[in-house]
Amino acid sequence: MSAFTALLTRDLRLAFRQGGDVANVVAFFALAVILFPFGVGPDPDLLARISAGVLWVTALLAALLSLERLFEADYHDGSLEALSLMPVPLEIQVLAKCTAHWLTTGLPLTIVAPVLALVLHFDVAGYPALIAALLLGTPVLSLIGAIGAALTLGARRAGVLLSLLVLPLYIPVLIFGVAASEAAALGLESRPHLLLLAALFATSLALAPWAAAAALRQALE
Amino acid sequence: MHRFANPARFMRLSAVLLPWCAAAAAVFVAIGLYGALFVAPPDYQQGEAVKIMYVHVPSAWLASLVYAVMALASAIALIWRHPVAHIAAESAAPIGAGFTFVCLVSGSLWGEPMWGTWWVWDARLTSVLVLFFLYLGFIALANAFDDRTRGSRAAAILAIVGVINLPIIKFSVDWWNTLHQKASVFVMGGPTIATSMLWPLLVMATGFLFFFATLLMLRMRAALLRAKVRALRFGM
Amino acid sequence: MAAGELQKSFTGEGLACRRGERRVFRGVAFALGAGEALVLGGPNGSGKTSLLRLMAGLAQPEQGRIAWDGTSIADDPVAHRARLHYIGHQEAVKLALTAEENLGFWAQMRGTAANATAALRRFRLDPRATWPARYLSAGERKRLGLARLLASPAALWLLDEPTTGLDAESIEILLAVIAEHRRDGGCVAVATHAVMPLPAAQAVSLAPHATGRQA
Repeated sequence: MSAFTALLTRDLRLAFRQGGDVANVVAFFALAVILFPFGVGPDPDLLARISAGVLWVTALLAALLSLERLFEADYHDGSLEALSLMPVPLEIQVLAKCTAHWLTTGLPLTIVAPVLALVLHFDVAGYPALIAALLLGTPVLSLIGAIGAALTLGARRAGVLLSLLVLPLYIPVLIFGVAASEAAALGLESRPHLLLLAALFATSLALAPWAAAAALRQALE
Repeated sequence: MHRFANPARFMRLSAVLLPWCAAAAAVFVAIGLYGALFVAPPDYQQGEAVKIMYVHVPSAWLASLVYAVMALASAIALIWRHPVAHIAAESAAPIGAGFTFVCLVSGSLWGEPMWGTWWVWDARLTSVLVLFFLYLGFIALANAFDDRTRGSRAAAILAIVGVINLPIIKFSVDWWNTLHQKASVFVMGGPTIATSMLWPLLVMATGFLFFFATLLMLRMRAALLRAKVRALRFGM
Repeated sequence: MAAGELQKSFTGEGLACRRGERRVFRGVAFALGAGEALVLGGPNGSGKTSLLRLMAGLAQPEQGRIAWDGTSIADDPVAHRARLHYIGHQEAVKLALTAEENLGFWAQMRGTAANATAALRRFRLDPRATWPARYLSAGERKRLGLARLLASPAALWLLDEPTTGLDAESIEILLAVIAEHRRDGGCVAVATHAVMPLPAAQAVSLAPHATGRQA
């Protein structure tokens, strides 16, 4: 078994045994979305108009809340230090952990989003684009989030600081993700936005592990 | 470059440059203001209020430029493990944040008499708003650790990540702006610039640049002196 | 260089270390050959852990150079990590995984077949092999952390206070394991306050090199 698979399996096994991680993320997502009709009123047209934006912003926040557990536990019990001493590039290890994070955060969000979209009267014609956009965008959230999580290891008030660092960097994903999702409802093409999301995905896949590994190394120094 | 590594050298160099930069800043800003207020014509639509542009636009330029300087200093600091470069980046950050703040406030002051709103979601203002938060993030991260060196290094990595993301964020904000163009009829970019309006703009920008250099050197000198005091007190 | 020194696999010279803004030590040197042991001593704050971390490549020295077989370890950090075990203060044990799974994971990361069963048996943990680590006592978790040493091979062992939290019998086992490792040609560096009777061990005291203020 390669080191990448070993680390990925370990993280998934831990998430499965310690339980609650996936449920927490999904529960927060659902609750936050449900708050909006209470806030802006139940008018179906208004809700449909804001549905794509609401889904993406709340998905983003849900992903943000789950970022802390990416490196925190390993940092505090010495596993991160031990991992950095393995003869495997730290960048590959970051990629493995981001994959595990996405499987327990981004993927569940993508699966639940269409259900919540019903609640917001999201235009059904937009479903394929919504799901495609989430599939492309949520990994970017994990990758960029990993940089923030690595930078704030051991910082005072790391949780709030993490939000401050990561949310501005999430804005492009949010913009293109929403644009792709509501393109169908507006009678427009979603392809250009999906392509831009794919470009963001490719770029973050190439660069984020490198930046996160650099941040981890200086956290362990 | 390693000639400037030595803090003592920087102190000597900055002691010489400081008065000149300060004087240049004062001169350029004075000329720019004169040009802006008395030479450039008022806009036929917006009247004299368009003159806020002469503060608003150069602030935006400096805000981005200072971030680039911060990122460059951070890269130098990380590659060559340079304490002075870290100090340069951390001293520049609040100045850059100040420029973004001035840009946002001047933008707001421009919008109110014109369109009756204190905020307009146009591409430039929105990008500068995001840039403001990038600056805040850098400052917060640098100060978030008990170990000062750790904070400096983490912030340096953040600055480099930020400078790579900045064009992407700008592009996406421009895209977002055009997508929702029907909502915002008013564009704050201003009319196409005639020469009589352009030169005060450039002069103001140059003045701001010298102002930045002056402030940066002042802050770096103070930071280096503080570090020296710490070293003496705690026997490092 | 004298002929004897050419045989030293693991050497360091002129090492200075800075933690945060504080210079911890300067002018430290060591030379470790196959089958040899090095004990790092010195008062708190003298930098024993810092030196061990430099040896592992976790941090870069401010000055000086560490080399394996003449090549600086900074030139090929991955190869250096492949040849060492570093056991720090924390056990790096995942409480939700069993003892076996913990050891198996580290062996997989190092790309070797897991020798978990033998390692657990040597440290008297085989009755606990299938227990989730959360049910192990503190001493047992410490032993589990040390069992990594046997779960996969490595030439260089770097141990930071390995006897903390161990009972007398476990310390005997550790000493025996170290002795076997040395017999097989491996080398070991230990940072410790405790008296560790390692036969024919070199001692490096960091006290004279420390530059931090005494507490």
